Amino acid sequence: MTSGIVIRGVRKSYVARGRERLALDRVDLDIAPGEFVAFVGPSGCGKSTLMNMIAGILPIEEGSILHEGRAVSGINRAVGYMTQQDAVLPWRTVADNVDLPLRLHGMAGSARRERVAAMLASVGLNGFERAFPGELSGGMRKRVALAQLLAYEPGTLLMDEPFGALDAQLKLLMQEQLLRIWTERRQTVVFVTHDLAEAITLAQRVVVFSGRPGRIKQIETIALPPARDVFRVRFLPEFEAAYTILWDALSPEIRSGEAA
Amino acid sequence: MSGAVDEVAVTAEPGRTARVRAVEVAAGRRRVAVIVLRIVVGIAFLALWHAASGRWIDTLLISSPEAVGGRLWRWTLDGTLWSNLSITLEATAFGFLIGCGMGFGLGLLFGRFQMVADVFDPYITAIYSIPKIALAPLFIIWFGIGIESKIAVSAAIVFFVIFLNTYTGVREVNPLYVNTTRIMGGGEFAVMRYVIIPSAASWVITGLKVSVPYALVGTVIGEFMSSNSGIGFLISQATGLFNTASVFAGIIVLAVVGAIINTGLKYLEAWVLRWRVS
Repeated sequence: MTSGIVIRGVRKSYVARGRERLALDRVDLDIAPGEFVAFVGPSGCGKSTLMNMIAGILPIEEGSILHEGRAVSGINRAVGYMTQQDAVLPWRTVADNVDLPLRLHGMAGSARRERVAAMLASVGLNGFERAFPGELSGGMRKRVALAQLLAYEPGTLLMDEPFGALDAQLKLLMQEQLLRIWTERRQTVVFVTHDLAEAITLAQRVVVFSGRPGRIKQIETIALPPARDVFRVRFLPEFEAAYTILWDALSPEIRSGEAA
Repeated sequence: MSGAVDEVAVTAEPGRTARVRAVEVAAGRRRVAVIVLRIVVGIAFLALWHAASGRWIDTLLISSPEAVGGRLWRWTLDGTLWSNLSITLEATAFGFLIGCGMGFGLGLLFGRFQMVADVFDPYITAIYSIPKIALAPLFIIWFGIGIESKIAVSAAIVFFVIFLNTYTGVREVNPLYVNTTRIMGGGEFAVMRYVIIPSAASWVITGLKVSVPYALVGTVIGEFMSSNSGIGFLISQATGLFNTASVFAGIIVLAVVGAIINTGLKYLEAWVLRWRVS
């Protein structure tokens, strides 16, 4: 059984100014189908690099990544991808942005219109179909991106600090929406964040990366049920326990990163 | 709706309060004032020209508004205006289309294939540095004194502006848009159509705005050098006869044509880039 994501011996280095810099060193990780996994670590620890390798944006030079039983090489079209930076196309209206992946997957016109309307309704954006992204607030653009991401029903979601640019309250609302969708659909989710509380709130397992070169330092299973109340989960003792353990693993990495 | 956020940047139904109407009325008044003042400036200029002509400055140098107006009127009546203007416009339009087509196509190609761009870079730079006007005599040798040589001059000028703008536009495309569209299932063609071209459009439009007057310049210069029709020909012929009124009439025709084309492009730009929030 080789479903989910299987990462074996992945190593990644960049060559710049005549020097080789190791970004990721010998990473092994198994992510089960339908599992919600968060990557945390200091900046430059390679957590985004690893996610981009699963997405097939960065080539895998050493080691291998199997996604749903297939080795990733080249762009991985079996995933959905969302980043902190807005990726919705500014020259397409809200509806046209959500429509684009459906069009690219060859869905028929009438089915597309229905799906777009349903997706926009599910993220609370009815009435904004014909607005351009530049006319919306940052939070609304995130919801467009979420609707677009979920419209074509990818089995795996790769999210790189998707809510990083939002204010704290809005972030909670987006987390709630994501968690609700995940408990309904049970996609495999890889969620990169620098916010430990966000990782614990959302994920079933939190993977801590060490600073340069990136290695997996610790993996912690969160002893909370998959369906959670994102607003209150932080007051539970399980949350506190996980936070203490993970912070102890994470803080020396952050400190050494700052000192270097 | 759970999770709906009450942050609203665009309101579906704007409230038309008294204040909204007051702001609209003020804006309307301002628009009228601008138009009236424009007309006043134009009339003042003509009056000054009229006063100066023959009194302070020799009519041989600046003619007079009546003489120029009379010349334009006569040209319109006897068909001189249209028969020459249509030649100039035709050469400009063809030169513009050919230059645009080639510039846009090669710009996309060079933008997408770094290797091609790297190899050709010094040659492009060298050719770009040539004042394109210097090519006009060569084009007249190649294509004769007919419309073809004028088309070639304006195409050569337009080509470089559009080519360089398209190339830059393609290089400036946010790679995140490209990657995300590919992950969503887009192939090379879809990326080109949905991401690269719309993203480069603002650069291309800027190129168009710059190059349309150039296309006109290219044609007219070709007509100055050697031809038997066109507005440029009218101007150069009148210059030879010291017919200042005809020279001014020709220049005014060119100015009006240029202004009309630029206005058209402004509307095109506003439509293509309507997604941009001012």
